[in-house]
Amino acid sequence: MDYQFDFGPVLAHWPELLRGTWLTVALTAAATAIGLPIAALLAALRSYGPRPLRWLVSLYVELIRNTPFLIQLYFVFFALPGLGLRLTANTAAILAMVVNLVAYAIEIVRAGLEAIPRGQIEAGRALGLGPYRILRHIVLAQALRVVYPALASQFVLQLLGSSLVSAIAAEELTAVANNIMIVTFRNFEVFGVVTLVYLALSLLFRGLLGSVHRFAFRWTG
Amino acid sequence: MLRDFGPTEFLFLVTSARWTVLLSLLAFVGGGLLGLVIALMRVSPWPPLRLLMVGYIQVMQGTPALMQLFMIYYGIGLFGIRPDPWVSAAYAFTVSSSAFFAEIWRGCIEAIPRGQWESARSLGLTFAQIVRLVILPQAFRIMIPPTIGYMVQIIKGTSLASLIGFTELARAGQVINTITFEPARVFGSVALIYFVLCWPLSWLSQRLEARIARTRGEAVGLG
Repeated sequence: MDYQFDFGPVLAHWPELLRGTWLTVALTAAATAIGLPIAALLAALRSYGPRPLRWLVSLYVELIRNTPFLIQLYFVFFALPGLGLRLTANTAAILAMVVNLVAYAIEIVRAGLEAIPRGQIEAGRALGLGPYRILRHIVLAQALRVVYPALASQFVLQLLGSSLVSAIAAEELTAVANNIMIVTFRNFEVFGVVTLVYLALSLLFRGLLGSVHRFAFRWTG
Repeated sequence: MLRDFGPTEFLFLVTSARWTVLLSLLAFVGGGLLGLVIALMRVSPWPPLRLLMVGYIQVMQGTPALMQLFMIYYGIGLFGIRPDPWVSAAYAFTVSSSAFFAEIWRGCIEAIPRGQWESARSLGLTFAQIVRLVILPQAFRIMIPPTIGYMVQIIKGTSLASLIGFTELARAGQVINTITFEPARVFGSVALIYFVLCWPLSWLSQRLEARIARTRGEAVGLG
């Protein structure tokens, strides 16, 4: 192998790399912020809702979990405009990420909901609480504690998976890498650097979310 | 000159799914073998080896599969060899699934009570003997459902190979979409084919998991 590594030309593009990193984090955070409340609601429907709705939510979960994210992304970006919904690459990316995240998060939250003993719900009812307050203060408050670690790893998986949205030219870290590759011809070095950035991000968020867990649930012991 | 999306085009998608299946099988066998070795080193009695494997798993699980694929694809090019998408994809998916298999199986191995290790050791068995004769036969049963479940991830993950130009199901979908411009039907069909490949495995995995949980009298989920 007589190849000379040269990271200089790649690192010279650090402002773009930084911007790409920020966009990747923003994209993932946006998808999570939008997706989690929807997932919590659908998980409650899946566990306590009327039968046809339960069935519908299950169908959605199975459909999304058994098809690749890339195809979901293509569907959102290429097929939805045909139905009159024209999306920019970044909007399509967030929408596809939300659709994907919600399916996985429903399953995670549902496991948490099922860990709450029925007696607690009945006790809430006996205290005269309405269904919303039972769900909010008794069920979700406790379920969130149980499922937090799984949701945190889902966030990191989502962050890593967001590299795929470069396939529809949405702006984020991998797309930035593709652009730098075109102008520097340093293919291996570009992706080497970007891979390290992803690794740093996932370690950072794993640590950060872990600290939040210890802080937010310190009262539970 | 646009073509309609008809039975011929659908058939093209179905036949190109064979490359998805073949690539998945390669990644499953390769990744499984490598993953088992890594899982065993991860639970071995030698700390440096354990630490090395922790590092390997952390790096592989902490970076996008797409980046691993690109690194291998462009990395092969550094040796003056023209990178072949098929070889690159097979390598990349083997390596990345090995880390996930290692982590899944480590969990199963560690679910075997420590007393089993200790009593085997007190009988004078070596590490290799303990693993082969005592631990793996017991762990095998609980290893099956998550292993089948991860096969679904492998099948879906092979769609990434389309981004380095390997013509499997996802790329066949792109090609057909370009010549028919009927994205809803094309990607709907592609999704359907993936679903037909993946759903039976998901179903089987969940069923086996539920059966194991039942026979052990434990609650399902919340692992």
